[in-house]
Amino acid sequence: MTAHLDSAATLESGPATKDRTNGHDANQPSASIQQGARYRAPLDTAIIDTDIHIYFPTHDVLRSYLDERWQDYHRTFGPRGFDGSHYPRAMPNAARHDAWPGDGTPPGSNLPLLQKQLLDEWNIEIGVLNPLVGAGEQRNLAFGAAFARATNEWQLAEWLEPEPRLRASIIVPWEDGQLSAAEIERWGSHPGFVHALLIARTKEPLGRRKYWPMYEAASRHDVPIAIHFGGAGGAPITGSGYPNHYIEDHGGMPQTFQAQVISLIFEGVFNEFPTLKFVLIEGGFAWIPPLLWRMDSAWRKLGSEVPHVTEPPSQLFRRHFWVSTQPMEEPFQPGQFRQLLGHLDMDDRLLFATDYPHWDFDAPDRAFPVPLDKTRRRKFMAENARALYKL
Amino acid sequence: MSEPSRIDCDIHNEIPTLETLYPYLPDHWLDYCRESAFNGPDAADYPETVPTSARTDSSPKPDLAEVQSRALEGVEIGILNCAYRVQSVRNEDLAASLATAVNQWQVEHWLDKEPRLRASIVVPSHNPPLAAREIDRWGDNPGFVQVILPVRAEAPYGNRRYDPIYAAAVKHDLALGIHYGGAPGHPPTPTGWPSYFIEDYANMAQIFQSQVISLVCEGAFERFPSLRVALIEGGFTWLPSLMWRIDKEWKGLRHNTPYVRRPPSEYMRTHLRFTIQPLDAPPNPLHLAQILDQCGAEDLLLYASDYPHSHDDHEILLDLLTVDQRNKICTANARAFYRL
Repeated sequence: MTAHLDSAATLESGPATKDRTNGHDANQPSASIQQGARYRAPLDTAIIDTDIHIYFPTHDVLRSYLDERWQDYHRTFGPRGFDGSHYPRAMPNAARHDAWPGDGTPPGSNLPLLQKQLLDEWNIEIGVLNPLVGAGEQRNLAFGAAFARATNEWQLAEWLEPEPRLRASIIVPWEDGQLSAAEIERWGSHPGFVHALLIARTKEPLGRRKYWPMYEAASRHDVPIAIHFGGAGGAPITGSGYPNHYIEDHGGMPQTFQAQVISLIFEGVFNEFPTLKFVLIEGGFAWIPPLLWRMDSAWRKLGSEVPHVTEPPSQLFRRHFWVSTQPMEEPFQPGQFRQLLGHLDMDDRLLFATDYPHWDFDAPDRAFPVPLDKTRRRKFMAENARALYKL
Repeated sequence: MSEPSRIDCDIHNEIPTLETLYPYLPDHWLDYCRESAFNGPDAADYPETVPTSARTDSSPKPDLAEVQSRALEGVEIGILNCAYRVQSVRNEDLAASLATAVNQWQVEHWLDKEPRLRASIVVPSHNPPLAAREIDRWGDNPGFVQVILPVRAEAPYGNRRYDPIYAAAVKHDLALGIHYGGAPGHPPTPTGWPSYFIEDYANMAQIFQSQVISLVCEGAFERFPSLRVALIEGGFTWLPSLMWRIDKEWKGLRHNTPYVRRPPSEYMRTHLRFTIQPLDAPPNPLHLAQILDQCGAEDLLLYASDYPHSHDDHEILLDLLTVDQRNKICTANARAFYRL
């Protein structure tokens, strides 16, 4: 019942991983992958991919979008974040082995390859770019703001303008609400930028007031705030310290998303910003129903502490949140996936995503562990995203 | 049909004040406590006045008489979980002496006086060798059936630094109970400190999830195949989603952790049990029935009142069960798990 594309499926056989690692040049596509064409189920809906990752091909390209002062800073001091909490990924750049352009630049940095492997290959109507470049994790907030601005200029010039199927994220230096608001002001009316992008592991829970100026600007421009898997905000990655392994880092990300949802709801963000929208990207979604049940139960007992929360948290969540599909949890039996969709009760809010070029890519024809009816297929694969992003 | 007997796997016996422990402390620490105005561990995971800490008609720190009259009716055996947070006392030697004092107090004031009660050994788990010594001290006392750890710790419990605790627990055939709360000093979420108590409360379930991932993925159950762990006061309706997620992760990443030899959900089913309070149930009983079915809950759940803490009613769960399932959850699972 796995829904991976061929490269990931091969990894699941265990020993193959070793063969591939031995002598494999990470900058060269693997020969075995190039042969890996497989049968593809015909798709009868449009596809909008809400999670595509792009990266600067070289430091020089990033610097070409920075002014002289920050070029010099970047060259001398480099990016500086909250060190010590990153885990080595399962494979270089957490990427599919076949996504390396082959010229020494990283996966997701080459438009023609992305067009070929993703947009053309899967007939993607529209794809949303989520550059995970670390601008928001800079301890030097002024540099973070310059880095964010540079990333946005680069997205516009090198991705949106040459490729009309793509949309971009407004990258913001999220630990500073005012600087983030300014960046949203700059791009909020541009039709090519569809959401502002944050990362799940911020320095503080996102309901805290320091982040509110960013939400004020997002509300004004009706720009959703997207929260993407990952990040390093300085706190241990669980509420009980640092685990040892990448599988715990990767598999534990839903706990971070849950903390953010709890914060946004109980700290009163939606009272202050009643039209604000959040998109949770790459966090899965099976954890949502039990979280809503727990929050509702907590609110019944402890609601007096947060009198600004005047309706059940589950109701606030279903009104303000959208959720991308990848990597989706895969129940033991297909029927349980339908039960999950029933518990979730958010058929209008699930957004298909591939996560290209990462290793846990979801192929559009195999992403869902059960066949879905046409109505759900249309909504999940494209129409929910079209409505949210006004595409 | 008369109400079947129950084994209640979560009743709280809390230390009224630090002075309660004075008779059990060595002179050095007694002097230290008196001279320093130390008031005991400062973990604020259960402020006495918040609505979840006590029912309207109960005390947040009930004494034996209150537990006997209010919590033991129809209860065959009750398991005490003292949540005294010696782990938040930074001086590990003081923490160890406090733990010994708590355990001696439990024997004298609870176990010796009420044969229906069993207790959990409080240990300075931030220093595992000292914790193991404390387990050895009480491990042969049949009144103690479990070693209790707060769910929040300095490192996740799958970490090998805790192995001395598990070795001692296994040696004495004691269960491990991981319970709501703890104050290790770092934030309770992966993303920093929330503002409100209600957030700490709601977030606690995620920390239980992190502990399950850690115990399984760091191989604790491979190193200690007879280790059995109760997750107490952390909910359970999240279990199916966690099983699905981590089983899928394992398919893609198991080469990172070759000692995890079986699908993670198998370890969870074999080694973990969950108390039923708080229930955190869906509003629709059909959905709750589906959750129970998805994870095979009839073999995993342990009846618990969580007295005197206050959560939603659990009748919605008990009403869904067949007679056989009800017997398992109300007594049989606990009898097997705690060797009662």
